This record gives sequence, structure tokens and C-alpha cells, in this order.
Amino acid sequence: MDLRFTEDELAFRDEVRTFFREALPPSIRENIVAGHHTSKEELVTWTRILHDKGWAVPHWPVEHGGTGWSPIKQYIYLEEMSQTPAPAPLAFGVNMVGPVIYTFGNEAQKSRFLPRIASLEDWWCQGFSEPGSGSDLASLKTRAVRDGDEYVVNGQKTWTTLAQYADWIFCLVRTDPDARKQSGISFLLIDMKSPGITVRPIQTIDGGVEVNEVFFDDVRVPVENLVGEENKGWNYAKFLLGNERVNIARVGVSKERIRRIKELAAQQRVGGERMIDQAEFREKVAAVEVRLKALEMTQLRVLAGEAKREKGTQDPASSILKIKGSEIQQATTELLMDVVGPYAMPYIPEDEIDGRNEPSIGPDWASTIAPAYFNTRKVSIYGGSNEIQKNIIAKAILGL
Amino acid sequence: MDFDLSEEQTMLKDSVERLLKDQYGFEARGKYRAGDTGFSEKMWNQYAELGLLALPFAEEDGGIGGGATETMIVMEAFGKALILEPFFASVILAGGVLRHAGNGEQKSALIPGIADGSLTMALACAEPQGRYDLFDVETSARKNGDGWVIDGKKALVLHGDSVGKLIVSARTSGGARDEDGISLFIVDAGADGVSRHGYPTQDGLRAAEITLQSVKVGADALIGSEGSAWPVISRVADEAVAALCAEAVGCFEKMHELTLEYLKTRSQFGTTIGSFQALQHRAVDMFVELEQSRSMTMYASMLATGDDAVERARAVSAAKVQIGESAKIIGREAIQLHGGVGMTMEYAIGHYFKRTTMIDILFGDANHHLKRLAQMDGLIREDA
Repeated sequence: MDLRFTEDELAFRDEVRTFFREALPPSIRENIVAGHHTSKEELVTWTRILHDKGWAVPHWPVEHGGTGWSPIKQYIYLEEMSQTPAPAPLAFGVNMVGPVIYTFGNEAQKSRFLPRIASLEDWWCQGFSEPGSGSDLASLKTRAVRDGDEYVVNGQKTWTTLAQYADWIFCLVRTDPDARKQSGISFLLIDMKSPGITVRPIQTIDGGVEVNEVFFDDVRVPVENLVGEENKGWNYAKFLLGNERVNIARVGVSKERIRRIKELAAQQRVGGERMIDQAEFREKVAAVEVRLKALEMTQLRVLAGEAKREKGTQDPASSILKIKGSEIQQATTELLMDVVGPYAMPYIPEDEIDGRNEPSIGPDWASTIAPAYFNTRKVSIYGGSNEIQKNIIAKAILGL
Repeated sequence: MDFDLSEEQTMLKDSVERLLKDQYGFEARGKYRAGDTGFSEKMWNQYAELGLLALPFAEEDGGIGGGATETMIVMEAFGKALILEPFFASVILAGGVLRHAGNGEQKSALIPGIADGSLTMALACAEPQGRYDLFDVETSARKNGDGWVIDGKKALVLHGDSVGKLIVSARTSGGARDEDGISLFIVDAGADGVSRHGYPTQDGLRAAEITLQSVKVGADALIGSEGSAWPVISRVADEAVAALCAEAVGCFEKMHELTLEYLKTRSQFGTTIGSFQALQHRAVDMFVELEQSRSMTMYASMLATGDDAVERARAVSAAKVQIGESAKIIGREAIQLHGGVGMTMEYAIGHYFKRTTMIDILFGDANHHLKRLAQMDGLIREDA
């Protein structure tokens, strides 16, 4: 047992760290530090930089543009990226639909879609959840009916993140209404420019518009856009959901946020002293750091064991990454609320921040804190709520 | 980065676990506890035969040269079986002082005895007024010809009532809470002026309050140089915390296992209670805490033997915070999920709960270590 990074891993860390620092346009970094959302243009710019370096999809098979790095190196890469901080690659493409296509798709789909996912020429979004199908995803009702060489799709998807930018959507649709609910589902790739698709934004409690409803009204989809076999889509969806182990814990994001908390707490004065010098506050932060370190070690245990595990099996410890990772992300935004204090109150819509001529109200970083706190409630809901995660652990690992 | 055990380490783990599985059931433990010393001489000798008591000592001192991972493996197995023997007191604590600071003569006089089980030792480093601050030393040692005279009170000396020799911290200079001026002495437990008040602890183990009244020791009793024992004590304490974390993980594993068994067999409302979601989620909470504790114990074990005192202290304190918090969560859920029988002495689960509660207290509880970690600027800093 040796829990230190090897010389090779340390050299790799220095290499990616240096590259990220030098290659990321400063304005993108400053925007993230200030707590703003990354724009479409910024993410495209950053992805192209990674793509030119050959690092856009390190975890993919080498023949599709992957780097062949070990799981630990892939982890280091993502860690360093989030601590730069640089924007995370668009998960819907590189982590979700990409692996489904190279694992279950046909050759035509691979050559058509994969290069454009890696370069972010195509922006993908995810059509899984429906108004009546949240945690009980397999109850979904969006219908796809075969008509010659096309499917005709009718129904509604929701919580579709960044659909407003999307060129394509990957969807779970019901192709056999008579089968048992998991057995009648197919995995379809749909062009967002298709006639009959309507996107309606949903404003979330932080004031932002990240998620949308997507309506399908007699949308015609060529049969060639079916991934794998008809009615086997649930298997591909399970593969997709179980596939995000490398960075689901978001350790790097939380680390970066704790650094920020300490930096800001050194600027705030409470009762005549710096907030960072108050024992009670320091201990609150340290308590979160302990949980985060434990999570990081758990993450590394899972990754180090990954290469040795039988394909398709998971380390039981991997199931806790989502639960603990989301709790810690939420805890960091609670600490940020502690730091900002009363100037969390003024509400300034994000799109008004940049063009503002007026002086900021309170510290110039203050206006993003409460929205981040509100927005981060989502992390224990999306991707299978923490309660669903607990159901899965109880059944699959504890045998209850 | 590699989390796997080597072949030798796997063999060590298997052989300790097999021994304890065969001979350290819950009922056997009850019998061992009822004996004079409060533990099993027979098991103690078997640990010696397996080489466990020689494990952390260097080969040139008559040991096996095991490292932090070996200690972790053994302590975890001991935790699972809830052992009563003075391994922690004699091998980890007193043995740790000898390893780090003993001179050649002291090592050759004492380590072979510890390693073969014929000598047990305890470390008397805490005092009644000091709480968790081991530098808070009022016991004094004054020069007396070539030797020393020691006076004072030592608190909560683990296995202090049964061991053959003590290592005592005493102040040779400085103020009551100075880190400088503390020295360590080897004292015969039966020496004139040593009185030991032994008692059982909540977890079924033994400890003693020890009074030293004009206890005379020779010049050769001083370990290391006069007045500079603090770095040794804090280093041994850090290693001890890592070992305790591993013991706790063993306990947690067993608590989780016992609770799952109970959930799968206990029937109410016509079905096993493990089918109820409210209880399933609590069992999952236990599992999450177990895995997080295991991760932190690996981390602390790796860093506890490092030479950078601050880095070591940060890691060890962080792990002890995790273990203390997990002990509360796992303990309360384990008892709650067992219901009434969890409250009884005749069920094992409560005994694990009591041991992990005591482990939280030993060498500083979660509050103490959280303060310590916060004072050292935490784990995430600009330089890390």
C-alpha cells in the first residue's frame, strides 16, 4: 500500500497544471472565480484549446481521441482543471452520450458524432426526465412510433440542462408501450433543429436559467439515429448513469471553493477581527475539510481499484461518492453564506452584473453567493437523488 | 498510488483474523475479561507466537520491522474482535517511545521482552488536570545523585494496573504547560513509592491512576535527553491515534455487519425489518461512515510515520475527527436499529458502541482534534 502519487503521476500533475494555467484565457478564469456561469462561447473556446492539445476526451478509447491515461491520471487531470479553475467539459457530450455511442453505437454513428462531441462542434443535452418521471425514470411516457424509416416522437422532457444551446438531444423514448416498463424503452439521438421541437426555459430559485422543458410534437427522427437495439435503451441508460464515477464527487470543485472561502474570510471583519482568525469559523471550515479529505481518499481507492476490477463491476465504495460529494458541495456554499453575511441580500440578476455602470452593492463578489447557495441544492437531487442512491446501496450492496 | 496489500500483508491479515475468529468469540471474550488481569494470557502468548508483539520493532532490535500498514492491519483485526489484551499500551505506546527514543541498552533490555510477551509496559503520559494536553505535566523529576526522584500523579494509564514497567513523563524544567522541559523515565511498576489504583473502563478494558511518591530511579532510566521528550511524546501520540483509528474501523465493520444481520432476521409486522426504507437508509448512513473512516485511516496511517511533524499532526487530527464523528453516527444507528436488545449487556453490539466511544476519547476527542487541525490552518491551504 502506498498512497502517495508516483514520480510519474507527480510529473504529470505538474504538466497539466502548467498547461491549464498558461492556456486558459484569464477572462474565463476570472469569471469562474467571481462565481458567474460559464457562457457557451467560453466553454467552446476552452474545449477547442483542450482539443488542439489532444486532451478533450482523455477517458475515451484511444481510437476515438482518448489519451490512454490511467484512471488516477484522468482524476489528476480533472482535479487540476477544477482547481485552476477552468470550466468543466460539457458532461452531456463527453461523459454521457459519447461513451454510449462508442460502446453501443454503430460505425456510422461513431464516425458521425464522436469527433464533433470531442471538439464541441455539437452541443448535446440530455432528454431523460419527464414531468411524471423523476426518480421513477422508467415510467417515462414520451412515445416514438415507427413510421417507415422514421420514428415519430411525441411527448415532453424536462430539467433539460442547457438545452437552449443544444444542437442535439439524446432521449429515452417508449417504443413498446405493452412491455414491462424498463423493457419498452429506446435510446434516440434527435437533432434539436427538427420541426416540432419547442424549448421553454425554466427559471430556478437562484434566478438563473440553466434548465428547460423540451416539447416534442410529431418530431420525425431517422431510424439511423437509434442507438443499439430497439427496446434496449434502459440498459444503455443504466450504463450512462453508472459511468460518471471519475468525477462525480467533485472533489476539486469543493477544494477550490474552500480556498476561496478562506481567501474571502481573510477580507471580512467580524467583531473587530478577521473572520478567518475566529476559532469557531475555522473549526467549521476544518470540519468540512475533513469530510472532503475522506471523500478524496475514497475516490482514489475506487479509481486505483478500477483497473483491477472485472469490467462492469463497481467498487461498493463508489456508490457513496455522489452522496458525500453533493453534501460537501452544499456545505461549502453554506460556509460561503456565513462569510458574506448581510450583503448576501441584494439581488442582482447575473445578466445585469457585467454591464453595470453603478458601483456594486456590498463587496463586488457578494451578489453571486446566495444564488450559488440556492442553486447548489440541486446536486443532491439530480443524477438520481441521494435518497435513490441510498435505495440502490441498500439493495445492491447491503442486500436489504 | 496503490491501495493493495502486499502478499505478506495479506497473509498477516488472514492469520490474525483466523486466530481471532477461532478463539475470540463474544462469549470467550466475556471469560477472558473475568480473569485477574482482565485479559487472556493465553491469547497474549499466541499473539507473541504469531510475531504480532514484535511487529513494529526494527529487526536489529529483535523485531520484525513492520510499518504503518502492518499496524493498521493488526489493529483493525483487534477492533473486529474487541480484544482486551494490552497490545496498544505495551507495543504501540511504550514500544513506540522505545523505538523512537530509547538508547541501545534500553532497547536491548526491554524490546525482546515486549516482543515475546514476557514483559508488558504502559505509557503514563497524561495527568488529571491536563485533559488531552500531554504537555501539561506537573509530575516532577529532580536530580538525585546520578539518578532522579519522581513525584506526581498520572491519569488513565491504560493497563497500568497489570503491566511490569511504566514509562512516565515528568517535568525536569519549565512551567506546568511548557512543551520544553519534559523528560521520560522507565519505572518499575512495583518500585517503592509507586501506588496504582486500577479500575475497569467503560469498554471492559483496564486502566489505573498512578501516584508516584519519591520514586527513585537511576540515570539509566532517562529515555532520550533531559527536557526534550515532547517531540517523542507527540510523535508516539500521533502514531497511537492512527492505530486507534484502525481499531475503530474494525469495530465499525463489525457493528455494520451485526446490524445488517439483525435487519435481515428480525421480523415485525409480518416481514423482516430490513425491508423498511426508513431503516434501510440508516443502514446506508452507517455504511457511508464506515467507508469514509476507512479512507481516513489509510490516509492517517500513511502520514503518521512521516517525519514532517506538522503534516503528520494535520493528517492524524483529521482522521481522529472523522473517527469520532463516525463513532457517534454508527454507534447511535447500530443501537437504534437493534432496538431494545441493543441496550443489553448480553448482545455484542453495545460493547462495540462502548469501545468506539472510548476510542473517540483516547488521545483527544473529535472536538480536541478539530481545534488542533483548525489551528494548523486545516488541510487545504495555498501551499497544498
